[in-house]
Amino acid sequence: MSTLTPTPTGTAPGSRAPVLGGRTGILALTLVHARIILVETFRIPAALIGSLVFPGLSLLFFVVPQRTVADNPEFATQAVIALSVFALMSNSLFSFGLNISANREQPWDPYLRTLPVPGVSRVLGQICSTGLMGLVSILPVIAIGALFTAAEASVLGVLAGIVALGISALPFMFIGISIGYSMSSKAAIAVVQIVMFGLAFAGGLFLPPYLFADWLDTLSKFLPSRQAREFVIWAVQGGELEPWVWIGILVWTAATFALALLLFRRDEGRRYR
Amino acid sequence: MTVLARLDHVTRRFGEVLAVDDVTLDIHSGSILGLLGPNGAGKSTVLTMLQGLRKPTTGTVTLFGGSPGDYRMRQKLGGTPQETALPPTLRVGEVIDFVGRHFDDPLSTAAVAEEFGLGELLKRQTGALSGGQKRRLSVALAFVGQPRLVLLDEPTTGLDVDARRTLWDAVRRQHDRGATVVVTSHYLEEIEALAERVVVMGHGRVIADDTVTAVINQVSLRQVRLVTDQPDRVSGLPGVVGRDQGDNGSTTFYANDSDRLIVELVRSGIPFTDLTVRGATLEEAFLTLTGATDAASGEHVRSAQKEMNR
Repeated sequence: MSTLTPTPTGTAPGSRAPVLGGRTGILALTLVHARIILVETFRIPAALIGSLVFPGLSLLFFVVPQRTVADNPEFATQAVIALSVFALMSNSLFSFGLNISANREQPWDPYLRTLPVPGVSRVLGQICSTGLMGLVSILPVIAIGALFTAAEASVLGVLAGIVALGISALPFMFIGISIGYSMSSKAAIAVVQIVMFGLAFAGGLFLPPYLFADWLDTLSKFLPSRQAREFVIWAVQGGELEPWVWIGILVWTAATFALALLLFRRDEGRRYR
Repeated sequence: MTVLARLDHVTRRFGEVLAVDDVTLDIHSGSILGLLGPNGAGKSTVLTMLQGLRKPTTGTVTLFGGSPGDYRMRQKLGGTPQETALPPTLRVGEVIDFVGRHFDDPLSTAAVAEEFGLGELLKRQTGALSGGQKRRLSVALAFVGQPRLVLLDEPTTGLDVDARRTLWDAVRRQHDRGATVVVTSHYLEEIEALAERVVVMGHGRVIADDTVTAVINQVSLRQVRLVTDQPDRVSGLPGVVGRDQGDNGSTTFYANDSDRLIVELVRSGIPFTDLTVRGATLEEAFLTLTGATDAASGEHVRSAQKEMNR
């Protein structure tokens, strides 16, 4: 049996600098939190199906039967990319928006806030676990795209595309975090769905933008979903990257990050009045 | 004695509601401090501010010489989740292990399980535990990190007598090993069993801060119920600290010493009928002492409060 030994009186036990490494460093705690989120998620496998299967099914039902798209290597590749962006976007919005707002209503979350863990470890833990799930959710899309459509990309292109996906998903994660910290879980479900389908349609993830009316095409270029689509297409297929794409991603990332940070700091759990 | 935590003129508002009103409190190392008071007295708000969950509206809260909002200051702080809070899909062992990983020098999962009688349950999902088992696990989590200061918010509410005793024993053993414990409760029995020093809170204020015996004497009120047409005169008798107007024409008076009150009552010649005397519950004692009785007795309550503040 171990014993409780009081530390010498007069010294503040917490008076050390924040550390990155070590047993209770920021990195170790990030992994601890990422792992526990994944364990919890995988204990209810049915909950995984929505985010893991839906994008793959969308490709199978909406793209594969349309042979004009499916048989054209360029269009098919773009469709696969658009649905990969959609997979990651819906995964980010749902897992952040819903998990955070639902957790804030559970007394477990306030308990976690009393543990000696910096907020950054908890947020990074959420991002790592969600990121891993997002990665898994695009695997069926890539597999179906490769097997049933004329989509084609080099190995290097696919790898570049995955990196680009990760970067362009940041605004969606921060939007999800902001939704999670600003409303109740019932409101969050509705808002996440509206935001998700709005961004998906207007961002050209379901219908390619060349079918858009001019005004919609112009509006679309201001949305993070359209910017993500173009960014990943550029990473996979090459060509020219228009400035509005990367400037847009930078602006959205900075703005949504600031908003998420503000809401996280302001949060004191669910308030009942 | 070191001061582990300090509240200095702390006030906390929730919108219009004043939850904590100008509380100043030092928590010294080595003791078990009971925080006693009715629901809504501000006990939990005090704890959440010590844990860094909430910031005071005005005043300062200090934990181990720093701000409780700084996660590094919480390295030697232990707390409990509410019983309903445990993630239902995680196993008991996983939860203990997860919490332990946040601390520099945690107890082993096996040692925690042995101490709190959870050895048989380590493989169980927390959703499958009984209320008492969940409560034991919640309290155990507060001690995983070998803390210097442990905050227990209503640790045994809803438990049967046996389960309550078992938990108290475990808490006392941890205290003997050097942990300072702050325990909130609205059970006098619990505070009596655990605490050495008691702080009584009411309406967000500290209304008494004394040893257990002294506080018990203050909150052990008797109820004297009778029918009279001169309730104000009865209220004026020595020892009466509050009164409630009943629906059926009777009036209930609260007094520390009911025998003496009745002697005084008879001596005063105030006409009365239907006299009954019984002990007041702790809740009733609180309500009287914290000024929640009807407005007519306000003055007496205030004088009682003053008395307790001495």
